Amino acid sequence: MNRRDFLKGTIVVIAGAAVPLSSLEFFDPCEVLAVNPGIHWAFLVDTYKCVGCGFCVKACKLENDVPLEAKVTRTWVERYVYTRDGHQYVDSPDGALQGFPEPRIDMGLGEFKEIEPDNVGKAFFVPKLCNHCDTPPCTQVCPVGATYKNDEGVVLVDRSWCIGCGYCIMACPYGARYFHPVYKVADKCTLCYHRITKGLPPACVEACPFGARKICNIQDSNDPVTRLILSERVGILKEEFGTRPQAFYIGLTAEVR
Amino acid sequence: MKNHVWRPLSVALALVAAILLFRYFYVPKDFGSGKYGFMYSYHRQADEEQWKNMPVRYQNTGGQQMHESCRECHAEEVAGRTKELHGIIACEDCHGPARNHPDDPETLPVDRGRDLCLRCHTSLSYITSDRKRIPGIDAKEHNPGSECVECHNPHNPRLEDMQR
Ligand code: HEC
Ligand code: HEC
Ligand code: HEC
Ligand code: HEC
Repeated sequence: MNRRDFLKGTIVVIAGAAVPLSSLEFFDPCEVLAVNPGIHWAFLVDTYKCVGCGFCVKACKLENDVPLEAKVTRTWVERYVYTRDGHQYVDSPDGALQGFPEPRIDMGLGEFKEIEPDNVGKAFFVPKLCNHCDTPPCTQVCPVGATYKNDEGVVLVDRSWCIGCGYCIMACPYGARYFHPVYKVADKCTLCYHRITKGLPPACVEACPFGARKICNIQDSNDPVTRLILSERVGILKEEFGTRPQAFYIGLTAEVR
Repeated sequence: MKNHVWRPLSVALALVAAILLFRYFYVPKDFGSGKYGFMYSYHRQADEEQWKNMPVRYQNTGGQQMHESCRECHAEEVAGRTKELHGIIACEDCHGPARNHPDDPETLPVDRGRDLCLRCHTSLSYITSDRKRIPGIDAKEHNPGSECVECHNPHNPRLEDMQR
């Protein structure tokens, strides 16, 4: 190899490496939104505002015909408690259908952990729901074309076409899907598609007294919630899975996944 | 080529044709994919309409605003509410979805249980969440055995306004 070839090769490699880097570096969401007008629903959860009352879970179940007593739910609230002596606890009794009426942590299998109030370092609540991913693994694995992401960005299940095989329930990294005990099909959050298409907020957003849950059209840069997503330091869950979630969270810690 | 090749081949071809024919009649005509491509959005288009037509139960009266549509008939309950205290809680959070109340259902459930209040008022010392804003009580110490609403007015819980 002579010197000229070596320099040529070096330039090509550097140029090649620089292109994807720079395209990432100067990514401006507003510009992308301007060239793709339309509707794309996104969700924003502010974990600072959530007090864990569980009214969102109750409202979701009553609005969407999910039996209250069944141990499945489309949305749920998790409690994270970090103690000063270095332990972490997470629980979600019944998905927080009744909120968190007890200070003790539900460790599962009927065991509970009392935590002294003085020992609580940081503690907070995280409402969870389907992330309506842009590359949803759950719709990819459906063998019959019963679950899909529609043009407005909502992931739905076709109840008359679903065969109940459960692949999608296993494929979802967030555990957002479950088997519906009455309809005997896979079921999940629809972002209350019947409400948002009529201009109403989803039942959980409506029920939240503290404004911890919000919904927006992320392609409308005048929407105040969209502005929050663009300007606040929001995070997403399990970024490393490459699912590109459309539910954004304010105030996450590394343990919240 | 010999017969022993053609015979099984024709059987296989007939099978493929039969499957395609069955598929042609069985799969609804509106199956297709949308903006997100075949991989993520291959579906029956009519299903989107079906989801759109699900019944709305919670009326759009909660959220951060006062529950105006109930004022007409339940003026007393609505009037007692203040934004600082329980005014931010939608009536439907405690009384369930209004649907077409008062036509259907004619009345809404009234839950007088302690659990309803303990959702928010169990004392949790979580200073890193807005829970710290809500005054907390210990359910085992604070008048166990009696309903909260015997002493507190759920619509106007202001302590100064307590009857007793
Ligand atoms: C057009 C008048 C009207 C409106 C508007 C209305 N209600 Fe009522 N409500 C009634 C009537 C009538 C009853 C039955 C009273 C009874 O059975 O004693 C009732 C009963 C109730 C009850 C049960 C009271 C009890 O003593 O058992 C609740 C709770 C209630 N309504 C809540 C609401 C809420 C919340 C709204 C707003 C979404 C609302 N109502 C709007 C007329 C109305
Ligand atoms: C924090 C939960 C909560 C909220 C929010 C709430 N209520 Fe109530 N409501 C109750 C409880 C608990 C009772 C039972 C009170 C009692 O027995 O003294 C009740 C009773 C009632 C009654 C029956 C009154 C009676 O004396 O029988 C009506 C009507 C009513 N509520 C309407 C409303 C309306 C309208 C709103 C919204 C403005 C509302 N409530 C918001 C908890 C709530
Ligand atoms: C026997 C009457 C009675 C009953 C029953 C009762 N309370 Fe109270 N509550 C009071 C009185 C009196 C006060 C004010 C004096 C005080 O702070 O103890 C009060 C204060 C409170 C406060 C304010 C505490 C603070 O630090 O500001 C909250 C919150 C509260 N009660 C919630 C509840 C809840 C929730 C229930 C039901 C689980 C309940 N109460 C049942 C009488 C009652
Ligand atoms: C959705 C959560 C929620 C529920 C459920 C709830 N409250 Fe409250 N409550 C609040 C908030 C928020 C405040 C106001 C805290 C503040 O900013 O001072 C409050 C304040 C109070 C106070 C103190 C008022 C004062 O003057 O300081 C009392 C007493 C009270 N609630 C009683 C009740 C009772 C009784 C119930 C059950 C019928 C109930 N709450 C249910 C959220 C709730």
